[in-house]
Amino acid sequence: MTWVSIFIRTLAIQGSWNYETLLGNGVGFALEPALRQLPGGVRSDAFKAAMARESAYFNAHPYLTSVAIGALAKAELSGVPPERIERFRTALCGPLGSVGDRLVWAGLLPFSSLVALIAFGIGARPLAVVAIFLVMYNAGHLGLRIWGLRVGWTRGLAVAGALANPMLRNGPAYIARAAAAVAGIAIPLTVARVVGPSRLLLDGALILGAVIAFGLVRVHGRVEGWKLVLVLIALFALVSVAR
Amino acid sequence: MRELLPLSMLGGLLGLDVVCFPQMMISRPLVGATVAGAFVGDTTTGLLVGATLELIALATLPFGASRYPEWGSAAVVGGAIAAALHAEPAGTVTVGVLATLATAWVGGWTLVKLRVWNAWLARRKRGALEHGSRGAVVGLQLAGLTSDLVRAMLLTAVAYGLIFPVARATVALWSFDEHISRAVTVGAASAVAAAAAWTIFHSARGARWYFAGGLLLGLLILAMR
Repeated sequence: MTWVSIFIRTLAIQGSWNYETLLGNGVGFALEPALRQLPGGVRSDAFKAAMARESAYFNAHPYLTSVAIGALAKAELSGVPPERIERFRTALCGPLGSVGDRLVWAGLLPFSSLVALIAFGIGARPLAVVAIFLVMYNAGHLGLRIWGLRVGWTRGLAVAGALANPMLRNGPAYIARAAAAVAGIAIPLTVARVVGPSRLLLDGALILGAVIAFGLVRVHGRVEGWKLVLVLIALFALVSVAR
Repeated sequence: MRELLPLSMLGGLLGLDVVCFPQMMISRPLVGATVAGAFVGDTTTGLLVGATLELIALATLPFGASRYPEWGSAAVVGGAIAAALHAEPAGTVTVGVLATLATAWVGGWTLVKLRVWNAWLARRKRGALEHGSRGAVVGLQLAGLTSDLVRAMLLTAVAYGLIFPVARATVALWSFDEHISRAVTVGAASAVAAAAAWTIFHSARGARWYFAGGLLLGLLILAMR
């Protein structure tokens, strides 16, 4: 029951995210059911000291924070000295952040999204498109969180070795290549379904897209694509209404 | 405007998903706009808006503490507006996309304010947190979650309430053909997706060739239709 409670709390780990302690309070919140098992329970000094330690500043990828949660639960309940726990906590931030960003935000998320767009492009019904995206993404998302809790709890402070797992080390590069190929397929198919049957308009939309994309790549970092598109579409709407 | 309450509740849930809970990406525009369309009675229009926005959203991935548009509540606003106006199809997808982008921009700003608010709450409880108060930790987390839910509900209600009349008037005066409007909108959106793909994936060795190969395959599929 404790692990179910911890798992559900990890889903809300960013509930009080702020610019000072970042994920810190969320880590304390997620660990609290485990810390209740410390000798003396919630009124003991050991519990209060552990809660104070675990609610301090922490930063990592939200999904991979489950690795830290599992390992920290094990360390606290095994009576590891506080200084060692604090050092371990600090050391985990960087690796869990960078691996998670590459694996999830730059890999799994765009890949799942693009696969769903291919389904849309080849004419799938709304429910199928949404289901493909949500099932594919959350199989990875929830799997990663469950794996993180398990590996953290099993290995405790030696969990760093788990981050050398080939899936975490090489996975982002494989997913990036797959996502690049899928992006190439998804973009024209999506444009075609939104435009409709006209070949001329499809060609026009693809050329327009290619020209703007070339410009966006050239000015990379200086102009945000979505803001540019907002301005362009607003101008188009203005012309359509005014003419 | 009977739909305002259910839509603001939907926007609240999807806005909460962006950062706080449960981050299952039900807040992506592909999902949010489609579900909002279904709420209003035209799932297909919601899906068209959602797919177009999903191309744009590829460029705004939620890395760390970076600022990004809040797609959850915004997609509900845009999808619902487009679906509600589907009786006059010319311009509805464009107006839906525009409504989403504008709301997402404001929504991103509200997320920053929420984080400042959470920091203020945490400062007030600093003493209790340093003494390991269980109540302070749980209370802060629940306060943050509640604030985010209320933020997203209010954002959805205010944005829908303000933008819907403007969108209805815009669609009534729309002069371009439906398909031309969609072509311009999705053409611009595809540019953002292509540029984002180039930026996100170029660090992986050979990724640009995979992208080029995929693009050829996609164009081939279109040519064979």
